[in-house]
Amino acid sequence: MHPIVSKDQLSPNVTRLVVEAARIAEIRRPGQFVIVRRGPGSERIPLTIADVDRTAGTISLVIQAIGKSTHELTSLSVGDVITDIAGPLGTPTHLLASGHAVCVGGGVGTAVAYPIAQALSQNGVKVTSVIGGRSKEWVIYEDELRAVGDVIVCTDDGSYGRHGFVTEALKDICEAGGIDEVFAIGPVPMMRACSELTRPYAIKTTVSLNSIMIDGTGMCGGCRVSIGGKTEYACCDGPEFDGHLVDFRQLADRLNTYREFEQVALERWTAQHAEAH
Amino acid sequence: MADLGNSDGMAEIADTLAGRAEANREPLPKKERMKLNRGAMPEQDAMARARNFAEVNLGYTEQLALVEADRCLQCPKPYCIDGCPVAVNIPNFIRLLGEGNIKGAADSLLGDNALPCVTGRVCPQETQCEQVCLRAKTGTPVAIGYLERYVADWAINNRDAFTAARPAPSGKKVAIVGSGPAGLTAAGELTKRGHKVTIFEAFHAAGGVLIYGIPEFRLPKDIVQKEVDRLIDDGVEIEPNSIIGKTFTLPELREKFDAVFVAVGAGLPVFMNVPGENLKGVYSANEYLTRVNLMGAYNPDSDTPVLRGHKVAVVGGGNVAMDSVRTARRLGADESVCVYRRSRAELPARVEEVHHAEQEGVRFDFLVAPTEVLGDEKGWVSGLKCIRMELGEPDASGRRRPVEIPGSDFVLPCDMVVVAIGTRSNPLLTSTSPDLRINKWGYIEIDDNLQTSMPGVFAGGDIVRGAATVILAMGDGKKAAANIDAYLRGELKDPEPAGTEAAPAH
Repeated sequence: MHPIVSKDQLSPNVTRLVVEAARIAEIRRPGQFVIVRRGPGSERIPLTIADVDRTAGTISLVIQAIGKSTHELTSLSVGDVITDIAGPLGTPTHLLASGHAVCVGGGVGTAVAYPIAQALSQNGVKVTSVIGGRSKEWVIYEDELRAVGDVIVCTDDGSYGRHGFVTEALKDICEAGGIDEVFAIGPVPMMRACSELTRPYAIKTTVSLNSIMIDGTGMCGGCRVSIGGKTEYACCDGPEFDGHLVDFRQLADRLNTYREFEQVALERWTAQHAEAH
Repeated sequence: MADLGNSDGMAEIADTLAGRAEANREPLPKKERMKLNRGAMPEQDAMARARNFAEVNLGYTEQLALVEADRCLQCPKPYCIDGCPVAVNIPNFIRLLGEGNIKGAADSLLGDNALPCVTGRVCPQETQCEQVCLRAKTGTPVAIGYLERYVADWAINNRDAFTAARPAPSGKKVAIVGSGPAGLTAAGELTKRGHKVTIFEAFHAAGGVLIYGIPEFRLPKDIVQKEVDRLIDDGVEIEPNSIIGKTFTLPELREKFDAVFVAVGAGLPVFMNVPGENLKGVYSANEYLTRVNLMGAYNPDSDTPVLRGHKVAVVGGGNVAMDSVRTARRLGADESVCVYRRSRAELPARVEEVHHAEQEGVRFDFLVAPTEVLGDEKGWVSGLKCIRMELGEPDASGRRRPVEIPGSDFVLPCDMVVVAIGTRSNPLLTSTSPDLRINKWGYIEIDDNLQTSMPGVFAGGDIVRGAATVILAMGDGKKAAANIDAYLRGELKDPEPAGTEAAPAH
């Protein structure tokens, strides 16, 4: 049982829940995730651990409300309880020991990039973060990232920071040179575009994949992804992979497997939720 | 849910057959016993059940059970006990049942077997106790499994009749990794001996393969839950969401507990390694069955989705393949086909499961091996490309090796494929336990006492054997518990470290 100790709205559809999970807070490393099951009858879904507070024994889950399960989670209140949180899962980020890293975050992916940027900075790596959103209100984790390095904010509509996509800012950084590794975390098209962009510069590019999972321990195989033509499991072998080797088309395709179910479930939930209020 | 023990038609037949169903019954003479025919298991109608998830076998009625008990000859040298991997004293519980003393029968059975409701449903009795039953020599064996189920179900539905005194606490703590059949059995046996047991389970619910793998229609989940509840009542603690190798490591557990039993199963799915296997609509049996069973995806109220194929091809011929192909029927498949590369004679699945599958309209395509999964322009499965096989010389397993017939390629049209060709070991636990010796397939190495290369750590079930049966895992659990008990009492020592060559790196 994991009580929610705080909750805040980071953007119109992204919510941060800080929940009690002492053991996970104690041992989690950057790049790892948890499997969350809200309560009886709920799905098991993977969520990245955006931050931890070891003293308080809490972890931060940053959730984008897109389907029924994520809407249910983000509509929980402080004091409510999440029944099951399992982890920490996945292979931790392979962290550079020195040099200059660029962390690119798109939408909710920015919260996934944050613990990596934080750990890199602690290692003495220079960190430049490039984060983006549709407009100012969609930009998250800016302050946190500013605490660990430079931040370039991009908005699609130019309402805040640089006008344009994160890829354009990333291109300028690549042109300037001196980059040892790029971490690109966000929607599949963004990760794909970043990986394509860095390829000609031969800059190592790591992406974090949000495949569909059940157990998160390798037993279902549902999260399988093609990496350089070889099938790997995002839950155990990842979630981070070499962006230059990922078959993004297949990833995007597999992520759509349950789209019809998801739409129906969300419609039903929205209708019920409207009735209840 | 099936109402256990209510099948009037069968009851009448049984009554006529024996004409005696009263309590405190006198034993029948052997000659009379030999005249009795084996009672058929009442079943849900095949066409009805092919579209629902309720249990297929309805269970013996009291009359059927008593008559079947009378069929047991009470052999002075009972082979059936040797045929049972957990050595249940079969003639004893059957005798007590036959005498009308069902409480005594239940006490006897539960003393030998921690999960009789489970084994009474899923054990391959036909290759174990019933195969060596004396009555099988001249006819049909005593329906030992059906009788076990009858007594076990009575016990689980009459919990109040059992008020076992808790044993004196030994002061020793044992960690069990995995709550499948091996772990649950060991937990029950260790608790009986006064040890404090904590089970660490990776999923949110206990039961392992009993809840994520074996379908509702073969083993209802409330039955498994009752078996688990019985252990919890006896003092077993269960820590869900605890992945050993991630949440805790095995060496950490070893520090906190006096002994550890590793029974994590063989959890990784094996895929065919053919093109197209990552198309939408291709499931491992693990994923398919976990969605349906553990996550309840067959129930519209569950949030977990599962694809409902119209034409489903299940690859493999074991019990997991049968479970998958029958599940697909129940989820609405018009055609549910089992694709197996050998012939019917080599099917590893239980005879009863194959028979039930056929009754439910499952089709079998024997001597067929998939070579590619075909997809449509949207990335969905559209067919399974296969090649016909013929049986050649026997291979290492003693079964005739299937050999491709050149030019016999064909396409099996389907919109879903379930791959049920086996499982292998999961490295999560072993890769974080450097002192734990494993073999080249990743399974844990043990000695005759089930002791691993780590002091105080025992292992059993599929993580030692490779994918096997529930009852073999339970046998390991029982044996491990006895040896852990001896270890905790100082009667069993840690094994001598093996030669330096094979010793694990420190």
